[in-house]
This record gives sequence, C-alpha cells and structure tokens, in this order.
Amino acid sequence: MNDGWDWDVHTPLAIKAVGETFYMVGATLLIGGLLGLVLGVALYTTRRGALLENRAVFAVLNLAVNIVRPIPFVILLVAVTPLTVLLAGKSIGTSAAIVPLVIAVAFGTSRIVEQNLVTIEPGVIEAARAVGAGPWRIIFTLLIPEALGPLILGFTFIFVAVIDMSAVAGIVGGGGIGNFALTYGHQRWNETVVWISVGAIIIFVQLVQLLGNSFARKALRR
Amino acid sequence: MTSIIEFTGVTKSFRAPSGLVTAVAGVDLAITEGEIFGIIGYSGAGKSTLVRLINGLERVTSGRVIVDGVDISTIPEARLRAVRSGIGMIFQQFNLFRSRTVAGNVAYPLRVAGWPREKRDARVAELLQFVGLLDRAHSYPDQLSGGQKQRVGIARALATSPRILLADESTSSLDPETTADVLALLQRVNRDFGTTIVVITHEMDVVRTIAHRVAVLDEGRIVEQGSVFDVFSAPTSETARRFVSSVLHDQPSEGDLDRLRGSHGGRIITAQVSDGSRLGAVLSDAGTYNVRFEIIFGGISSLQQRSFGSLTLELTGPDAGVDIVISQLRSITAVEEVAA
Repeated sequence: MNDGWDWDVHTPLAIKAVGETFYMVGATLLIGGLLGLVLGVALYTTRRGALLENRAVFAVLNLAVNIVRPIPFVILLVAVTPLTVLLAGKSIGTSAAIVPLVIAVAFGTSRIVEQNLVTIEPGVIEAARAVGAGPWRIIFTLLIPEALGPLILGFTFIFVAVIDMSAVAGIVGGGGIGNFALTYGHQRWNETVVWISVGAIIIFVQLVQLLGNSFARKALRR
Repeated sequence: MTSIIEFTGVTKSFRAPSGLVTAVAGVDLAITEGEIFGIIGYSGAGKSTLVRLINGLERVTSGRVIVDGVDISTIPEARLRAVRSGIGMIFQQFNLFRSRTVAGNVAYPLRVAGWPREKRDARVAELLQFVGLLDRAHSYPDQLSGGQKQRVGIARALATSPRILLADESTSSLDPETTADVLALLQRVNRDFGTTIVVITHEMDVVRTIAHRVAVLDEGRIVEQGSVFDVFSAPTSETARRFVSSVLHDQPSEGDLDRLRGSHGGRIITAQVSDGSRLGAVLSDAGTYNVRFEIIFGGISSLQQRSFGSLTLELTGPDAGVDIVISQLRSITAVEEVAA
C-alpha cells in the first residue's frame, strides 16, 4: 500500500502529465478541429441544393463520416496503428496517440460543423449570391461568421470530449493526466492520486467550458 | 422606350418528390427601363421563381431572358456574378447578415465588387443617409425594427448603383404604416436614380400604390398585363378581377345587392366614375324626366394620379324617364344595370 500524495514523486510526474495533456489536446484540436471544419463545410456545401452541390462527393464524405464516427474510440485507437506508425514513426507514446485522436475529432467535428451551418437561413446565402458573391467568398465571409457562435460552442464540446479521449489514449502510453491517474493511482491502489487527477481534469474542463461560453456569447452578442 | 428586361417563352420546371412541377410556363414579358413593374399573383403562382430568373438565381428550363442586353439564360455562373452586381434585390425576410453591422451589410456588395476601403466607407455613409439610418450604422440587424431592416436591405441592394432593383414581397412582413414608408422609399429610388424596379407581391394595394404597369400571374402564366389603371378599371381575367376587388370596395357584392334590393324599390345601376365623367350634370337634370336618384353604394379613390371608382344609384320615376337618364349616363361612362 502506498497511499497519499508523495510530493517528491508525484508532483514532477503530475506536471509532466499536465504538459502532455495540453500537448495532446492542443495538437488534436488544432489539426483535428481544422480538418473537421473543412470536412463539415464540405458536407454542408455539397449537399443537395447547396452552393457546391455535388452528389458524388457528398455521398462519399457522408458515408465515410457515418462509418468512422460510431467506432468506439478504444477500438479506433488500436485499429489505426499502421497509420500511426506511418505518420508518427511509432505506435506508442504521446505523439502516436495524437493520430487516432485527430481522426476521431475530425469526423466528430464535421457533423457538428455541418449541423451548425444548416441552421443558417438559406435566404441569407441567396442575398449574398444576389450581389454576385461566389461560393468560396460566401463560405469564408458569410457562412462561418454567421454560424460563429454555435460553432464556438460546438468546438468547446469537442474540446471537452478530447480531454476525455486523451485520457483513454493512456492505454497506448499516450501519457497525460489520464495515464498518470491510471499508472500511479489506479494500478497502485492510490486513491489520492486518482482523485487529484480527476479533480484536475474537472477543473480543466470547467475552465474550457467557461471560456467557450464567454466567447460564444460575444459572437452571438447576447 | 427600350426593354431592359425581356422574357421570351420562358419556362421553369423543378423536379419535386411529387413529380415535375412547372413554376413558370411560357412567359413573355417586356419591362421598360425606368418603370416600376408589378408582378402580382397568389402564393404558388410562380412569382418568386419568375423574379429569380432575372438575376439568374434560378436558370430557365427553356426560353430566353435578356437583361440589359445580356442573355441571362445561357451565360455561365461565373459571368452571371458580374451581371448580378448590376441588379439589386430585396426580400420579404430582409435576409440581412446577422454577423455584420448595418454598415457591414451595406458594404458587403461593395467588397464583392472590389471597391477600395475609402470609397466603400463614403458610399456606405451616403446610402445610409439616403435611407435615413446613418445613426444606426454600427447597430446589428437584430437591434432593428422590421421597417429599419428593410431599409438596410434597400441600401444594401442599391450599393453598387444597380440599374434594376428586384423586390420580392418586400413589404409582406411589414405593418401597413411601415409598408407605406418602404413603398415611398422605393418610389424615391425610382424617381431619383431612374432605377427600374420589379415588384413581386400578392397585395394589390402595393401594385396600386407604386407600380406603373402590372402583370397578373396565375399558375405560372401571365393571364393579364397592362397599365395599372387599365387593369384596375377593366380587368379581363378572373384572377385580376379578384385582386382588384380586394382593394377597391366601390362595387357592391352579391350580398350587398341583395340587401340593397330589399330596401330600395327603384332601378339600381352602377356607373363608373373617372376624371371628366360628369355624372352630376346628368343627374341634376334627372328631375326634368320626373326621375329621382339616390346614391346607395360606391366609392371614388385615386389611382395613378387619376380619379377612379364607381357609384351605385337607385333611380325612381317613370320607366321612360329612367331609360333616358340611363342612356344619358351611358353616353359619358360605363353603366351597368344591376337590378330593375
């Protein structure tokens, strides 16, 4: 039994774990979020009657999203190992964990982006077309600004989900707070370490949600 | 008089779940530069589709649409964009960009047209001044009333000084007072800038207030067209008659007639009134034939700066005398005997 928080042992490890979590979550959101935005915009603009209507592209994207999204993250984590090796050079570690995280986030985000864009009044897009704006200009100067508030909330939601998923990534040695709680807490019967880790994650999530809400409020002006 | 918009045998069909729907069926139309042209029809008549064929938001299935010398029906989408900056459009739901301020909304078409910043700012101020919203430049659309929103819509539509303005049910979601304001503004646009305005509406009152000419659309076809005065004074189609009677209440309905017949024993006629029809001169001489008259229904209003309406009269006296009075009235205006 080695209960309690050992400052000499646990504190440096915890600091390293927090750093790893920031790294994983940050990189995943940046890459996965951007890919998700692109994928979501592509889904929205290629659907029937939309700006860049293209049945074939929409069908392929839609199918891909529907296939990847329901795969439980733990399974995806293992299933994409060959791709991980190809991209990160190895199959375990923090950087390696980012590959499956990015995939899960990109596909998850795409639906959220698509859903938020669908709520834009078609008339607003028509008004932009009527003054001679092309589809690309409409996407960048109108669609995204018009849906910005809900998009920020969507990305906040994804952010929180990534923190959760990054903890699961501890399974492949992903590091981070989740892995720290698992290795030094749960597996060594040290409940203090588990609870402190969980507490840290909760505080982290609270801060992110608060920030997201405030940005969204600013974008929505309410 | 040259046509700025010309439709020749234009048809537009859509594939719908219920099969092929033809929204516009063989329309021929010529709109003259500088006029306010009304297109009226019930919902589902194809008006909104028709107006979108003018700026190519919808493409024709067959036929030709020529706008300002350019064949809209055949040019590719990319070239259409240049044409569109010469055609403004306003909408029933205003369709303002909620993420942009009033000034940002008005500036949008100018950005699209590639205006430099200083020129853009000056133009936006000028337009907001014109629609009376300069003090709201930094407000967001959500903070404006319906009438203000439509004025922003008008400023945005006029930004690039288009020669044509399309107004798609532009007052249908406004209250009567605001409607009058917006219509007055459109009239000012037409007068001050010579902008050709195509007004799509289901409200005959809108046509009567601002249009010079009107086309009546029913199930995708134009059933009647002509000057507003002609269509109002002598509608030839059933649809036009219904629209006219929705705003002019000078003619008694069947129910009114039943009631009038019950309380008035004499012969009842309805005579049209217009500038220069001197009903009074004839009626004041009616006594000569022992005929007395009573005005029992009617109304006179103005239309296109001309008096217009009808009066329903009861004539009592000897039949021969009444016949003479009626024939004298017929010599100056249209008279219909509605009850003997």
